[in-house]
Amino acid sequence: MNESIIKPENLVYRKTPVLTDNVLHYCPGCGHGTVHRIIAEVIEEMGIQETTVGVAPVGCSVLAYNYFEVDMQEAAHGRAPALATAIKRLKPDFHVFTYQGDGDLAAIGTGETIHACNRGENITMIFINNGIYGMTGGQMAPTTLEGMKTSTSPYGRDLRTMGNPLRITEILAQLPGTYYVTRQAVYTPALVRKCKKAIRQGFENQKKQKGTSFIEVVSNCNSGWKMSPVASNKWLEENMLTLYPLGDIKVPTENK
Amino acid sequence: MKELRLMKGNEAVAESAIRYGVDGYFGYPITPQSEILEHLMAENPYEKTGMVVLQAESEVASINMVYGGAACGKRVMTTSSSPGISLMQEGLSYIAGAELPCLVVNVVRGGPGLGTIQPSQADYFQTTKGGGHGDYRLITLAPASVQEMYDFVGLGFELAFKYRNPAMILSDGVIGQVMEKVVIDDYKPRWTDEYIKKTFPWATTGKNPNQSHVIVTSLQLDPVKQEQVNLRIQAKYRECEKNDARCELLNCDDAEYVFVAYGSSARICQKAIELGREKGIKIGLVRPITLWPFPTKVLRDMTSKVKGMLSVEMSAGQMVEDVLLATQHKVKVEHFGRFGGMIPTPQEVLEVLETKIIGG
Repeated sequence: MNESIIKPENLVYRKTPVLTDNVLHYCPGCGHGTVHRIIAEVIEEMGIQETTVGVAPVGCSVLAYNYFEVDMQEAAHGRAPALATAIKRLKPDFHVFTYQGDGDLAAIGTGETIHACNRGENITMIFINNGIYGMTGGQMAPTTLEGMKTSTSPYGRDLRTMGNPLRITEILAQLPGTYYVTRQAVYTPALVRKCKKAIRQGFENQKKQKGTSFIEVVSNCNSGWKMSPVASNKWLEENMLTLYPLGDIKVPTENK
Repeated sequence: MKELRLMKGNEAVAESAIRYGVDGYFGYPITPQSEILEHLMAENPYEKTGMVVLQAESEVASINMVYGGAACGKRVMTTSSSPGISLMQEGLSYIAGAELPCLVVNVVRGGPGLGTIQPSQADYFQTTKGGGHGDYRLITLAPASVQEMYDFVGLGFELAFKYRNPAMILSDGVIGQVMEKVVIDDYKPRWTDEYIKKTFPWATTGKNPNQSHVIVTSLQLDPVKQEQVNLRIQAKYRECEKNDARCELLNCDDAEYVFVAYGSSARICQKAIELGREKGIKIGLVRPITLWPFPTKVLRDMTSKVKGMLSVEMSAGQMVEDVLLATQHKVKVEHFGRFGGMIPTPQEVLEVLETKIIGG
């Protein structure tokens, strides 16, 4: 290789030091890695690495604490918003975020999610919605679409017996405690840049002390959906976004 | 300067927490301990010491808020009563597994189920044998007076931080609700963030430059590592058993028979001892102050000195199993208990001693 091309002006990508060098355990093609990277980049760009505490969930991203080079706590299933509440109340100058999947945030942790948002805790919640329990092997999630096949809805989700997919983000937007609620995705470079902006705003909002910032990221689960990564992103766009449309749901008044 | 006040046991816990310099309280109302949260809210401790008090949406949320605060190296606590404590078992297991210090107070009421709001000691097994999943213990303190409700807040935190393990004050509806004189301390300052960062390298106090980040977790997917974690935790427990088992002996010097009782049962036994001694029966009391670690050695040493022991509990017979393990059938041991919220009378207790131990 010609060493002479390694110059600062030729730099096109640099891994942020807010990500560790640990090898991600996520399946190739999954959106988790991308969302991890943009959160870490936001933390780096804001210069808040030493004043940030993250809370990891139970689910595919249970080991998220191995990847963010900030102080991290591992919560019991669904309880990340409770941990984050206490961390932020006891360390109000810190930046506190939770990183949770749909089973963690919208099933077992629904109570903690709603009440943290309703109290208007000054935290940033990142919610990865892929409509499935990935880690445990592809079971039905609260956000699984009608007719969608999972290992516990092998003939497709039947709304009459299995209930309806939960649009928790729309519910949270109704609460007076939420300050900023948005739904993003990361399956194209343009969407990644947009999502990063939303996450940046979510972290910046903590300085304003005006309530909870909630960023849903509709993501794929190529393994759980039993598709190739490319096919899963296409399926996401064609199916998930009908029930979970992208865009801001609640915007701070000064941004309108 | 010390001050003397007439207080309920529950109020004493709350007042002690503020004055000891506790950083955070997270709780949910439940009878018979709601005065703790009420007293804390009325005292507005955030103005006095900076102590955070938050009414959570559930006991599940409360104990997980405690996890979050404890992982920051803060002195945090919650309180509840039996059904609420059952809901906290998952969180307690995680806190023990992540080796975090915290204080939990259980003002026990009668069960099982929704049970009754009257006093009980039927949560002994849950507390001392581990109510949640996995191999862990709770350092368990059993107050027998309002003064001890006050004092054990500080002692509980001291032991919790010494062993990085949750401590539990196992009280009951009598001790929580009764009013007694209490000597209270001056306000102590809370620990500063600088002190916590310097003293507790395991806490999430913000990543230090040139050092790797801190991770607080109870997860070890590799069983080889998980066994090492367990061995380390168990070694801690052996140290705790060696150094911190506490009990009080009353009238034991010349005793031929002893009651073994804790908390409000111990208070009832004190009266039964008076009644018995008036009749010429030489009775003493062994009062475990720590239920885990249990004062095994004291009881074992006593087997050669007394003719019988009566374990008196407001349960169907729980602590009696630890008394039997300690005494190893070298002396006669029986259990007497009222339960479901019923409180035995001193006369009743003495009568059982006379029929089951002395006459039996």
